[in-house]
Amino acid sequence: MDTWRNNRHRRALFQLLVVSACSSTAFAQAQNTCLDCHGALDPPLQVTEQQFTSDIHSQKGLTCASCHGGDPTKADPDAMSKTAGFRGKIERSQIPALCGSCHSDAAFMRKYNPSLRTDQLSQYKTSVHGKLFAKGDTKVAVCIDCHGVHGLRAASDTRSKVHPLNVAQTCSRCHADASYMKGYSIRTDQFAQYSGSVHHDALVVRSDLSAPTCTTCHGNHGAAPPGVDSVQNVCSKCHVFQDQMFEKSSHKVAFQSAGLPGCVVCHGNHGISHPTDAKLGTGPQATCMQCHTPGDSCDQARAEMLTSLTRLDGAINNAHNLLGVAESSGMEVSQARLDEDQARDALTKARVTIHSFRKELVDHDIQEGLQIASKTLQAGQNALAERDYRRKGLGLALVFILMSVVGLFLYIRQLERDAPKV
Amino acid sequence: MFARLQDWLADRFHWADIIGPLKKKTVPIHKLSYWYFLGGITLFLFLIQVGTGILLLLYYRPGANEAFESVQYIMTRVQFGWLVRSIHSWAANLMIFTAFAHMFSVVFLRAYRKPRELTWVSGMLLLFLAMGFGFSGYLLPWNTLAFFATKVGTEIVGQVPVIGHSLMVFLRGGEDVTGATLTRFFGFHVAVLPGLTTLLVLIHLALVQYFGMSVPPGVESRWTASLEAARQMKFFPNFVLREFMAWYIALGVLGALAAILPWELGTKADPFAPAPAGIRPEWYFMFMFQTLKKIPAKVWFMDGEVVGILVFGVAGFLWMLLPFFDQAGHGRGRKLIMGAGVVALSFIIAMTIYGYMAK
Repeated sequence: MDTWRNNRHRRALFQLLVVSACSSTAFAQAQNTCLDCHGALDPPLQVTEQQFTSDIHSQKGLTCASCHGGDPTKADPDAMSKTAGFRGKIERSQIPALCGSCHSDAAFMRKYNPSLRTDQLSQYKTSVHGKLFAKGDTKVAVCIDCHGVHGLRAASDTRSKVHPLNVAQTCSRCHADASYMKGYSIRTDQFAQYSGSVHHDALVVRSDLSAPTCTTCHGNHGAAPPGVDSVQNVCSKCHVFQDQMFEKSSHKVAFQSAGLPGCVVCHGNHGISHPTDAKLGTGPQATCMQCHTPGDSCDQARAEMLTSLTRLDGAINNAHNLLGVAESSGMEVSQARLDEDQARDALTKARVTIHSFRKELVDHDIQEGLQIASKTLQAGQNALAERDYRRKGLGLALVFILMSVVGLFLYIRQLERDAPKV
Repeated sequence: MFARLQDWLADRFHWADIIGPLKKKTVPIHKLSYWYFLGGITLFLFLIQVGTGILLLLYYRPGANEAFESVQYIMTRVQFGWLVRSIHSWAANLMIFTAFAHMFSVVFLRAYRKPRELTWVSGMLLLFLAMGFGFSGYLLPWNTLAFFATKVGTEIVGQVPVIGHSLMVFLRGGEDVTGATLTRFFGFHVAVLPGLTTLLVLIHLALVQYFGMSVPPGVESRWTASLEAARQMKFFPNFVLREFMAWYIALGVLGALAAILPWELGTKADPFAPAPAGIRPEWYFMFMFQTLKKIPAKVWFMDGEVVGILVFGVAGFLWMLLPFFDQAGHGRGRKLIMGAGVVALSFIIAMTIYGYMAK
């Protein structure tokens, strides 16, 4: 920036020369004279040909003049004259309205993408960003902060700043910047927490686009923190069965009366880690004992449910290890592996049923899983018994073969001893 | 009863004329005689594959939707199905190994020399057919590794200049490896190749019987110098019984491998899944596969892979004509062939090891 200031006279002269040169050459081309000059300028006035052609708006036939006014078919100064309707740089305070002038016009947007929503501006006005913006705070996010400008891509494009894989990074540009967020009284560790969460792992590491990012829970154009009453509804968009179980549980009423925000009480929000059975325990990861008293009836139920889950998990692991031994001995146990998957499904189902906090329901799933795990273990034992049977058979066969070889050897020796050589 | 049957046959077939030459036939005895058994063991392993292949045919169903399941059924439900399939697979691999060993023993003992040139050529054709058996049979269980290895293998065929693409489409039964490829490979494996192989095996054996066993040049010159030094054994029963001993030992090794290391089935091929890491062909194609991988993308003005295929094609063809480069009285040709044999064997071993070590 300092270098820019120090050299600004030289740069202004250069830009003047560029603009003068453009006015004489670009006119003849009668195409987009804006790019002829702005492609050669330095940032922030620079807009390259590559940026322009990759922009979704330019691909749909819009030009610089669609936002900035002017006449790109003419050479400067006519192109940027007031008579040509030139508006110049769009003031930040005007951006939502300018974008909304097309994007909120259903009839206009239908010509380009009939399935695209046209309520972005109205949603924006309900968002925390939009409300502060309406009060004159231009530091808050406007359209271009998230979507970019000049080189703007469709949200479905993985290079777009608002593609699900990039959303968290885009939000973090402001929300993780403590100095920028100073004065807003909100934390700035959300992105750091999210980066270590199970959701980030699913979305970014495993490229599972169904996994949530910031906008999945907060909304995009209408971005706002979910209220206490909404948290369960937000999580239940994906975690349907957990929601159904929790809805009928005693905790639902208890949390509501205590004003607690459902799921996040036990699981947290931005930094949700992969839940383990240890959450039901009494160790550092335990959540139940944050509210419950040791030794009460709920604590006993918790301990029993944990014991059941641990038992099924252990039974599956035993079967898994035995099948591994059988496989390494070359035995075909693919059907037993499918059964093992079913046992794991039963364990997952039991872990989901935990959200009902009803021991009898959890035990029902556990019993189902234990039966399958037992069948799988039996298959592993059968495979090993079959392996031993084969090896005994091989031993017998080898003894027979060895005896035959020795017999042949002795016979040949006797034959050659008795008969003269040729 | 047996004597009556013998008389009945003798009346009609002049038994003595057929058996007579075999009774008179002899096999040379010298310190390198044991190399003679490799050809017999290769034949034995081929016969085992014919037998086990017929048994597998009772349950195997060619088709993308049922091939894998039918092999799985053979291995888990059919009585001794696991043994039959494992022996079939192991015998195939051991056969290729013994065929290669047989070929190199013939090269280094110079058993290919006049008048056995055609025996060599028929043997080389049999080796190519055996590799064709391996390539076509590899796909039949329709598992992931075989599916992608076949895809890569047929892609390489597609690189052959001029006829490559047509050949690839012919092998695949279309542009891609699909159920149609499996049906074709099944047809090649159980009808076309066995027919050709049986014919060539008979020709090869007839030539071996006609010309008799070759004696290494060093031994031959000693025997020519001193007739008393020459030693022979009767083909029947002495050599045949020894051959049976070798076959029994091969059977023991085969049974042990099949029982201790049953041939894996893997997971069912999914044509829409991305290719898993570590795709590689059967071990006997590894040296060619690894070489093609290491050739630069462009060699002079030609595609590197095309150059590799051309070099292997020309080398294979020249190798088949090897006896014609070693005519009597040309010591230079003999030395060249010995050198080429050492280089070829070293290259095959080194590139195979490299292929398995490289990630």
